[in-house]
Amino acid sequence: MLTRRIIPCLDIHNKVVTKGVRFQNNVVLGDPVEMAARYYEDGCDELVFYDITASAERRPIDIEMVTEVARAVRIPFAVGGGISSLGDMERVLLAGAEKVSVNSLAVRNPQIIADGARAFGAQCIVLGMDPVAVADRSRCPSGYEITVRGFREHTGMDALEWARRAVDLGAGEIVVNSVDADGTRSGFEIALTKLIADNVSVPVVASGGAGNPQHLVDVFIQAHADAAIIAGMIHKGDYTIGTIKTALVASGIPIRQHW
Amino acid sequence: MTVAIIDYRAGNLTSVKLAFDALGQKAEITDAPERILAADRVVFPGVGAAGAAMRHLQSLALAPVLREVVRRGTPFLGICLGTQIILEHSEEDGGVDTLGLVPGKVIRFMPTNPYDKVPHMGWNRVTLRQPHPLFDGVDEGTEFYFVHSYYPVPARPGDVLATTDYAGVGFAAALACDNLVATQFHPEKSGKAGLRLLENFCRWQPASKEQTC
Repeated sequence: MLTRRIIPCLDIHNKVVTKGVRFQNNVVLGDPVEMAARYYEDGCDELVFYDITASAERRPIDIEMVTEVARAVRIPFAVGGGISSLGDMERVLLAGAEKVSVNSLAVRNPQIIADGARAFGAQCIVLGMDPVAVADRSRCPSGYEITVRGFREHTGMDALEWARRAVDLGAGEIVVNSVDADGTRSGFEIALTKLIADNVSVPVVASGGAGNPQHLVDVFIQAHADAAIIAGMIHKGDYTIGTIKTALVASGIPIRQHW
Repeated sequence: MTVAIIDYRAGNLTSVKLAFDALGQKAEITDAPERILAADRVVFPGVGAAGAAMRHLQSLALAPVLREVVRRGTPFLGICLGTQIILEHSEEDGGVDTLGLVPGKVIRFMPTNPYDKVPHMGWNRVTLRQPHPLFDGVDEGTEFYFVHSYYPVPARPGDVLATTDYAGVGFAAALACDNLVATQFHPEKSGKAGLRLLENFCRWQPASKEQTC
């Protein structure tokens, strides 16, 4: 049986890992390569790196860091945050990343998903989305609107429509990062995750809000997520990959147990 | 000992090279027939689509080189798309004739359960169907990393080395025939178990000198 993936997320800012709440008030947590190596040893299933400031400050991705991570771990990892072209995708993949994640760029230029999938394979192209709950359903019938640039801009795009369109264009996976839950550690946004996971044919990764192992159990069982991103709950030492996996196994969730 | 990683413009070979680097094993990414034929071990990786991969192999004139490598008895490891195109035919891209180094075909997952997503992406359990040096020291039921939408169906049951369950089928996750082994999963991205498998491949001395399959 295919196991559910646990994916630590490392937000990079000026070459260090940081963590904020709802994209703000970032604190420094450590060295990205050291943290990646530690989570790999602890048994995480995949990693994701976001250069959180790249998009807001329009800076390029740190390829050297991608190379260092690729040397340090033998599991798949994705890079997102500063991808601005097909050339950027190629550089990141050639440096040893398995996947690239596009978010704001794909909103501005959806064709980049199709171009990336054609050039590198759909499995390499992850659509990251930052939906926020909206009361007015006339513009966004699913009740969720896509935001970009770290929640700074609303787009008027419906989250479910966008997810479906991205899959049609060739996205191989979708990361659903709830703006409302991000950094709160009060649980994933189940309804949003389920909405996307139940309505697209590709794997869906839940993101935003993980605070304890039960939150992962809930998002796997109730929202049908294929994978879950975690950050603060392990970065700050409250839990380890091992304690999380033990709890998930106890709840009957298929989890990778050999590493 | 030298390992040649065949470069036929089918995806990213960096991870494969880095995995051999981590083992301290010299490996060279190459598309040069003389380098491939001179190597002690040949790795045939690949991600992407079968049609484009076959076109690239043809334009680089590598198909006869691969046949010769296998015929000579050089230990040969297929990975992912590399594994698929050593069979005879793939359903992908409207149907593509592939190398035919091993009899069989490649077909698409057709899940009946909507929660079985395609691609099959992530870590899944691999069950060994016959003992093989490639899996020495790897615990039964160890999970490996997969990412694929099509899967291999070898014609001869004896060529199935290991199986994995997904989307209602128990498909061939690894194949073995004389000096040729092939995995649908990515050993280079499968943590320590994957490294162990690559290390085993480097040590492996196939029993038969000439390929008979």
